[in-house]
Amino acid sequence: MYKVLFSSISKKFVMALAGLFLILFLPVHLIINFMLLKNDPGPFNKAAHFMATFPIVKIIEILLIGAILVHVFYGIFLQIQNWLARPVGYVSGSKSETSFFSKFMIWTGASVLTFLILHFFNFYFIKLGFVDGNPEDFYSVAHGLFKIPAYNYIYLVCFGILGFHLFHAFSSAFQTLGLNHRIWTPVVKVFAWIYAIAIPAGFAIISITLWQFR
Amino acid sequence: MKLTLKIWRQKNATSKGAFMTYKMDDVAPEMSFLEMLDALNKKLVEGSNEPVAFDHDCREGICGSCGMYINGHPHGPVPAVTTCLLSMRYFKDGDTVWIEPWRAKPFPVIKDLIVDRSAFDKIQSAGGFISINTGAAPEANSIVVPRKDSDNAFDSAVCIGCGACVAACKNASAMLFVSAKISQFALLPQGRVEAKERVRAMVDKMDELGFGNCSNTGACEAECPKQIKITNIARLNREFYKAF
Repeated sequence: MYKVLFSSISKKFVMALAGLFLILFLPVHLIINFMLLKNDPGPFNKAAHFMATFPIVKIIEILLIGAILVHVFYGIFLQIQNWLARPVGYVSGSKSETSFFSKFMIWTGASVLTFLILHFFNFYFIKLGFVDGNPEDFYSVAHGLFKIPAYNYIYLVCFGILGFHLFHAFSSAFQTLGLNHRIWTPVVKVFAWIYAIAIPAGFAIISITLWQFR
Repeated sequence: MKLTLKIWRQKNATSKGAFMTYKMDDVAPEMSFLEMLDALNKKLVEGSNEPVAFDHDCREGICGSCGMYINGHPHGPVPAVTTCLLSMRYFKDGDTVWIEPWRAKPFPVIKDLIVDRSAFDKIQSAGGFISINTGAAPEANSIVVPRKDSDNAFDSAVCIGCGACVAACKNASAMLFVSAKISQFALLPQGRVEAKERVRAMVDKMDELGFGNCSNTGACEAECPKQIKITNIARLNREFYKAF
């Protein structure tokens, strides 16, 4: 059983599944965030309230936190193994043709995690009661944060980095799951590119609009 | 043509190595890379110096012995050739050529450019075979195999086990090698009988030997002298999931 859970392929399988689950959540979050662009705080706060109280969403929330923890834990574990597998590097470096974004997954992942922790302090920990704030008015909390230039800089950079992470992550997850196909793999790759641009761009539009135009 | 060679020299497995610089003034473009090293060694021996140790055998691209890391590429900068078939015409007069051994924990340096690649043999011994009595060759058409499957199995079977995939991978992963060895059997009916035991045993051995994990960068495919595709890795993953 130990070998099944901790073999190289099993770890990658779990990481891929957890990653795809997180990828699926992003558009849901983005749709809710677009409600921040309305002048009326009602719809956004209602959606946030629904996400915080609806029983099925509560179960998904636990799965989501679990997926983040598993993805981070296995990601770090695999990376340490990878570093140990080559204790001495090449002096002439590597000039192999390779997927550009795949080279920096641990660093882009670490950056996204740092943002996620900041995001938890700003919102999720308020909901859990760990941090002071009104969990029934996240609209005002979000609008307040987007008025701070430094927060917008961090936000935009982090979503750019998330895009970098997604460029490789999306299609890589399919390859890890063994879902390789002569026709569908190129389609998945194109969709991954569109997704990796569209999702961060959506979040960035909200940030820029609330910061510069409200 | 004149070349400056920066070659990794290491007396033995336990000693600390370093790069040594050698000047070559008379490299002919029609030489192979190994012939160029032969010429260097001739010069070194004539000057009573220790020649550069490098692995080689067939010198026709099929044995997989001659792996070395040249200017940032396993087997040098030309795609789909082994070091022995790398022609010096791809280098320019005045070039500096960096030559290093494969770098991976499971491939320790024995001397200079020679590494111990017996880790691959251990993976093969763990399950890369079919347990039948060989006897006389059976009638080839007694088991019908679709042409597409036999072609794909052959494409995987052309892996020469040189280790370029491990050398190229930023994680020193052996997944391309293992996936090729799994695929050559998985695609044929004779290989299906022990498919589950084989994939479990070979992946276990690969992990135990300390190779890194595949992160789907594609560097192995780009550098493989036999052009083994990473679609084999997806097949390996599928075979592994089916084995439990």
